[in-house]
Amino acid sequence: MIVDLPDTTTSQVSKEIMTMRDVGGVVALGRVLTLVVITRSGHEEDAIEAANAASREHPCRIIVLAAGDPDGGTVLNAQIRVGGDAGASEVVVLRGCGSLAAESESLVSALLLPDAPIVAWWPHGVPESAANSSIGRIAHRRITDSANEPDPRAALEHISRTYVAGDTDLAWTRLTNWRIQLAAVMDQVQAAPVRQITVEGATDSPSTLLLAAWLSLGIDAAVEIIDDPAGTGIRRVLLEREGGDVELVRPNLTVATLSQPGQPNQRIALPRRTLQACLAEELRRLDPDEVFGEVITTGLQRTAEAAAQ
Amino acid sequence: MASVESAARNPLRDPRDRRLSRIAGPSSMVLFGVTGDLARKKLMPAVYDLANRGLLPPSFALVGFARRNWSEEDFAAEVKHAVQQYARTPFSEDVWNQLAEGIRFVQGAFDDDDAFEQLKKTIAELDEHRGTGGNHAFYLSIPPDKFEQVCQQLSRHGLAAADDGNWRRVVIEKPFGHDLESARELNDIVESVFPPDAVFRIDHYLGKETVQNILALRFANQLFEPLWNSNYVDHVQITMAEDIGIGGRAGYYDGVGAARDVIQNHLLQLLALTAMEEPISFDADNLRAEKEKILAAVEVPDDLGAHSVLGQYSGGWQGGEEVAGYLDEADIPDSSITETYAAIRLDINTRRWSGVPFYLRTGKRLGRRVTEIAVVFKRAPNMIFGHHGSNDDFGQNAVVIRVQPDEGATIRFGSKVPGTQMEVRDVTMDFGYGHAFTESSPEAYERLILDVLLGEPPLFPRHQEVELSWKILDPFEDYWSRRGEQPQPYDPGSWGPPAAAELLARDGRSWRRP
Repeated sequence: MIVDLPDTTTSQVSKEIMTMRDVGGVVALGRVLTLVVITRSGHEEDAIEAANAASREHPCRIIVLAAGDPDGGTVLNAQIRVGGDAGASEVVVLRGCGSLAAESESLVSALLLPDAPIVAWWPHGVPESAANSSIGRIAHRRITDSANEPDPRAALEHISRTYVAGDTDLAWTRLTNWRIQLAAVMDQVQAAPVRQITVEGATDSPSTLLLAAWLSLGIDAAVEIIDDPAGTGIRRVLLEREGGDVELVRPNLTVATLSQPGQPNQRIALPRRTLQACLAEELRRLDPDEVFGEVITTGLQRTAEAAAQ
Repeated sequence: MASVESAARNPLRDPRDRRLSRIAGPSSMVLFGVTGDLARKKLMPAVYDLANRGLLPPSFALVGFARRNWSEEDFAAEVKHAVQQYARTPFSEDVWNQLAEGIRFVQGAFDDDDAFEQLKKTIAELDEHRGTGGNHAFYLSIPPDKFEQVCQQLSRHGLAAADDGNWRRVVIEKPFGHDLESARELNDIVESVFPPDAVFRIDHYLGKETVQNILALRFANQLFEPLWNSNYVDHVQITMAEDIGIGGRAGYYDGVGAARDVIQNHLLQLLALTAMEEPISFDADNLRAEKEKILAAVEVPDDLGAHSVLGQYSGGWQGGEEVAGYLDEADIPDSSITETYAAIRLDINTRRWSGVPFYLRTGKRLGRRVTEIAVVFKRAPNMIFGHHGSNDDFGQNAVVIRVQPDEGATIRFGSKVPGTQMEVRDVTMDFGYGHAFTESSPEAYERLILDVLLGEPPLFPRHQEVELSWKILDPFEDYWSRRGEQPQPYDPGSWGPPAAAELLARDGRSWRRP
C-alpha cells in the first residue's frame, strides 16, 4: 500500500502511520532499528529496493530523504509505503525542496523509532563528514559507499581523513568473503613468513585498496598493488611465502581459484556481493567496527606510503 | 585445541573482527543412508546451504555410501535434485559446481568388506586430489541396529583411526537406545571404535539456535531470572505436539512410542535448559555440567500411575480431513498398546525448584504442531481485583517460550479492559524471532553439520546426559509395561485423552492451550 501526502509535515506523516496501524493493522511492531537513507531525488528507488530486502533480516523503519531542488519553493512531499510495497519494513519517503532539501535531524526526529538504534546510509555521495552531519551525529552507524563515487580512491582518502568510530563503507563489506577465504587458508598452511603481498584489482575498486591495507596491517610484508582496467573488481591476491605461495585468483567475477602449498588447486564460488547482502551484513552489528577503523586510517596510509616508494 | 593455536599464529585473525565467520577446515562427510528421507530432505540441502553461505572449505567432499546401484553421476544427480527441491538458499550453478567436484559414491552393503575397502580408497583419493587433509566425518543416518556393524567395519578397515593432526568423527542420530541398558550397549559399541570426543549425537530439534535463544532469553536479561524459581513459579508445562500421525514410520514407531521417541530426548533437554543454573560460560563442558546437574536432580513421582498418562489416537475427522486411527495405520498390529500420547509429571529436588512440578507432554495427531515451554507463575494476591470472583479471563502470568513453529516468546499478563468498570483481562505481549530478526534463520542441520566439521560439540548431548535421561524415563516405561494396558484413545485434533486433563486437575491445575 502506498499513501502519498503532498505538501505535508512529519507530524502529519507520523499521524498517518498511526492511523494506518489502527485501521488496517498493516504496520507491524517489532522494528529493530531506523534506517535513514540520505540521497537525491531520482536516486532513491535502488536504495529502497536494497533496504527492503535487507529489512527481511532486520525489520526496520526506513526513512528516505530524497533531496529535491534546493533552489525551488520550500515544500515537503511525503510518501508512506507498507505491506507488499515495503518488504518487511515500512518506508517513509520525504522529498524536501527549497530549505528542506538538506538533511536535518529536525526533519526526521518525529519519525524515529523510540529506543531503536539509528543507521544512516549515504548510497550516493559521501558527505563532507559523515559523523558531523546532522543525521550522522545522532546515528549509531554511518554507512557510505565509496564505490559509487566518481573517484572512488579519492573518496576513500576523504573517508579516511574524516573517520570516526561507527563509520563504515560498503567497499569494506564487499570484501568480507575474500577476507574469510584468505583467513581460512592462513589457518591451514604452516606458519611461515610472508615476503611479499600482491593485490590486483580495478582502479575504480576501492575494495582492492582496502584489501591491501588489511593484509598489510596483519602481515608484516611489502605490498604491491597492480591496477587493472575499471569494472573488473578485485582480481587476485598473492602471498609469497617461504613455505610456498598462496594465491586466490578470480578472473571472471564469479568463481575464484585457490592455490596453496601441498594442496590441489580448488575452485571457490566467490561472486560479487549484492547491495542488499552488504547492507544486511552492515546492519547485523551496530557497534563500531574497530578493524575497519584501523584499516581505513593506518592501513591505508601504510599502503599509500609503500606505493610511493 | 588446534583451532586456537592456529588462530594465535594466523596474522589475519583478529578477535575484534566479527565479520570473519569461521569456515570448516579441509574435510569430507561420508554419508551412510543416502537414500533415506532425512538425507534427501535435510542433510544434502544443509550441505549445499552451508556451501552457498561460504562456510564449507573449497576442498569439501561428500561421499555417499549405499547399496543402491548408482554411479557417481547418478548420486550427484540425486544430490542436485534434493538440493534444488529442498535447499533454503537460492540455487547457484557456481556453488553447485564447487560442491559437485567433491561428490563421490561407494556402492555396497554394510557387511560388504570390498565396499569398505573401496571407501577407504575413495577417501585416500580425496585426501590426495581434493585436499580433504585426512579429516572425515561419518554420518550414520541409518537405523540404530546397524550402528554396530558399520562402526566395526569402519574400525576393521582402518577408517575410524586418524593420523596425527587429522580427525575422524562419527555422527549418530537419536534414538540413543530404548532404555538405559540399550543406551549403554550402543554407547559401548560406538565408543569402542571412536573416542568419546569424536562422537556427535545429533538431536536436530535442539538446533543451536533454539538452545542459544533459550539461554539468551534467560541469562542475557535481568527481567526473568529473579522470578525463575519456586518463589514465583507455580509450575512449568513443556509441550511438543504434532498434528500428523506416524506416517510411514510404523516399523520404527510401534513398540517405541511417544515417550521414548520424544520425552527422553527433546523434552528432557528442554527441561534441562529451562531449569538449569547459569553456566559459567557457553563452553561444552560448562554447559553440559549444568544440564547434567539438573537432570540428576530430577525426581520421579512415587505414584507413577497418578502422575502419568498414555493415549493412542483414534480415527476420525481432523481439520476437514478423515484420518485413520493408530491401530488402523498400515503395518500396525490391532493389538498394539504403543502410546502416541504421553504426559508425565516430574519434580526437581533443588533449592530453586522444590515444589514446582514440571509437566511434560507429547503426542501425535494433536490440535496443532507446536513445541513450547510455558513457565506459569503463581497467582497474584489480587485483593483489590478479587471482587469479580474466579474469572477465567484473569489468570496466572506466564512466560511462554515457543520453540517451533514461529519461534519466539510470549508474556501473558493482566490488563484493564477499556471502559468504566475495573475489569482485568489477560493480554499477551508477543515477540517472534521471525518479526525482529532474519526471515530465514539457518536450518538446524546447517549448524549441526558445521559444528561437527569444526569440532565444536557444546550442543550435542554427552553420553552421560543420555544415561541420565533414561534413568528418568525408565521407571515410567517399566511401570507402563508392567501394567500392559491399552492406552486411552483420544480424538485426532484434540489435546490428548481425558485422563491428561485429570493429571493436572489432580494438582489443581490445567493444561494451557498452546
